[in-house]
Formats: sequence, structure tokens, C-alpha cells
Amino acid sequence: MMRAFLGVIRRDLLLALRNRADVLASVFFFIIVAALAPLGLGPEPAMLRTIGPGMLWIAALLASMLALHRLFAQDHADGTLEQLLLSPEPATLLVAGKILAHWLTTGIPLVILSPLLALQFGLPAEQVTILLASLLLGTPILSLIGAIGAALTLGVRGGGVLIALLVLPLYVPILIFGAGATVAPDPQSHLFLLGGLLAAALALAPWATAAALRIASE
Amino acid sequence: MTLQALDLCCVRGERRLFKGLSLSLTAGQALRVRGANGSGKTSLLRTLAGLAQAESGEVRWQGRAIAACRDVYHAQMIYLGHAAAVKDDLLAWENLVYAARLNGRVLDRSAAEQSLTALGLGRAAQLPARSLSQGQRKRLSLARLHGVEGQAAPLWILDEPFNALDQDAVGALCGALDQHFARGGMLVYTTHTDLALNPSQALELNLDRPALSAPGAPTNAAPTAPTKAAL
Repeated sequence: MMRAFLGVIRRDLLLALRNRADVLASVFFFIIVAALAPLGLGPEPAMLRTIGPGMLWIAALLASMLALHRLFAQDHADGTLEQLLLSPEPATLLVAGKILAHWLTTGIPLVILSPLLALQFGLPAEQVTILLASLLLGTPILSLIGAIGAALTLGVRGGGVLIALLVLPLYVPILIFGAGATVAPDPQSHLFLLGGLLAAALALAPWATAAALRIASE
Repeated sequence: MTLQALDLCCVRGERRLFKGLSLSLTAGQALRVRGANGSGKTSLLRTLAGLAQAESGEVRWQGRAIAACRDVYHAQMIYLGHAAAVKDDLLAWENLVYAARLNGRVLDRSAAEQSLTALGLGRAAQLPARSLSQGQRKRLSLARLHGVEGQAAPLWILDEPFNALDQDAVGALCGALDQHFARGGMLVYTTHTDLALNPSQALELNLDRPALSAPGAPTNAAPTAPTKAAL
């Protein structure tokens, strides 16, 4: 069982490595959105410090959404998805492997880059730490919930826009608690809530995604 | 070992492809599904594989509904459809290794290269799949049948396996199929070319005509069942 799970992760990481342009696209999108904000909003340090965490969170959220359509589309087109669903191993587990690989290639780079971009907004060190923690807890939830949307819109014309419509409302609580953690007087409670959301998403999202994939591949 | 379909009805969009279809397949038998384009051959094969849901009716493996024993059934069945399930960005041998791992099996690099060489893909083994020709891709996807995976699965469901293959590859595939029958394996397939296969019994199902059955096998097509293949 672990063999199939690790096999899926390794294969997807290898594919991401061979297809670096896709991964870099969402990373650059993140950097550009975060870099444009100070240009558009003016150079006032106090204001930048206030809006910084929120801007970074919005940028991370959009960048991770941008990469969602890649999650299953290629597998669906080349028939690998059929074989995944025909595996004797539980589809939920294999789907979880795919989501994890997706987070490692899109979520992790955003988390790593965020302290660097936070400097641009002049955030103090402790706020940067909290931002880092909130992104570390929040981006996997984005991937998990996004996977449901990606599976539901598989093979649908105009799927890209549809994913956004489906997934963005579900991202709202993550954005509120994620961005809120950095400005709240008590960041711990926000992080705990994010952790709770992550646990719930971990339990439910792979299962829902596998069900949606079964419907999509019919 | 038996594969049974009971009273299958398949609807695609507004169209009913077939209804009241029953069949039964046991060790060593081959079932060829015939029919014009769009008659529902692929839909039937996907339903038998458990990829698509029948509108009504049920597919059974060893007497149990496949929905109830999905993991057992899928461990003993290989389905190869129109899509080759080949990743363009992986090398040919990597494709084989990861396909095996997806099914929880271990296949090391040398074993993968060996089975590719046996299929005449020896030199292509180190190439990314995107640079393979259509026929080579088809061979690559069929390579799973030749290795340990094929031997472990008593039921093969193959949708147009002979498409895009050259004569050598057709010969190799026929050889693999005959070995499969000799092991007591079962085969459900579609093809538009007539081939000399040697199963213990060759059954045929024609989706175009109301009632058809195996040549030489007893028929009991009821008038209410437009398409019925009796064992």
C-alpha cells in the first residue's frame, strides 16, 4: 500500500522536475503579485506593514489556484487516471499521494519564498515567523480543497474559470484565519483553527476527490 | 474463475447502447466483442472493468459484484483502453516501472528493460515516451501484459489491442495471448481484424444484432433480451 502511495508521489515529483516551467509559472506569479502591490499602493511603510501579510496570503492563494488545473488534467488526457482508478490499492490513498506531490511542488516554494517577500513589506521578524507558520498550515489545505474542485471540473469546457468559482468561496475561511494570524493579538488561536481545518481537509478531501474522479472518468 | 454480466443496460447521453446483456466467461475463454463504431463496445468493456457504471444490471467476479470486491477484482484484472496511459515526460522503462508500482508491484529497471527488449523496444527503452511513434507507444502500453503483471492477472480486458501495431508486434501479442490462455487466463477484447487465437473456447458477442452467441455454444437468447451471449 505504501509502495503505491510513494510511487505516485515519486512519479509526480519526477514529472514536475521534467516540466519545470509549470512549477515556475505559479512561483513567478506569486512573486509578481506580491511585488506589484507596493508599487500600486504607494511606498508608505506603515501601510505596507499593515497590508503585507494579507497581500502575501492573497498572492499565495491565487498562485496555488493557478496550478490546480494541472493536478489531474494530464492524467485524464493520457489515460493514467483510468489506471489509477483501476489499481487494487485504495484510490483515496493514491489521490492523497498526488495531492501531496502537488503541494510539495507548488505550496512549499511559496512558503519558502514568503519570508523574502515579507521583507519587501517591512514586516518585523516575529510577524514573518507567524506568516510562515500560517502558510505552512494553510497551503496544504488550499491544495486539498483545490483538488476536489479540480476533480469536479475535469473534462469540463472552461474548467479553469469553473475551478475558481467552486474553490474560491471555500478558500475564504483559510484566508481569514491565515492572514488574520499575523495581525491578531493572539495568533495561536488562529493557527490552531488552521490546524483543525487542515485535519478536516486531510480526512475528507482525498476521499471526495477520489469519488469525483470516478464520476469524471465514466 | 468466472466473469459474469447480468442483465446489463448501458445508456450514454440520450441513447441506449444495449440492454438485457448477459454473459459469462470462464478460464481459458476469449470473448470478442463485435459491433459497428458507436455500438457500445468500449462502454461494455469499461463497464466490465468497473470504470463505468451500468444503468442497471451487475458485473460479477467469482460470483461477487465487482463493486463489493473492487480491490480483489482489480488485482486480478488488467484493462488497457484506447488511451495508452503512457507519460510523455517519462522514459519508456520509467513508464513501466511506475505503472507497476501504481498497482503495488515492484518492477526494477533491468526487468522493465528486459520486457521492453523482448517487445522490440530495446533501443527505445532509454527514450522519453514523447519521442516514440504511435505503434511504439502502443507496444509500451501492451508491455504490461508480457511481464509479471500480465501473469498475475487472469483476466485481460483489451480495447482494440491490435491498433497501430506492425506485423511483428501483432505476432508477439498473439503469442502472449496464447500463453495467457494456456495459463487458464480469460480475455475480453475488441478488434476489427480477424486473428488466429487459440483460447479453449472462442466466444463472440455482436452488439449490432439482436441475438448472437459463441460459435458452437448453446444459445438461449430470450426474445425480451435483444443482445445476449450465452456461454
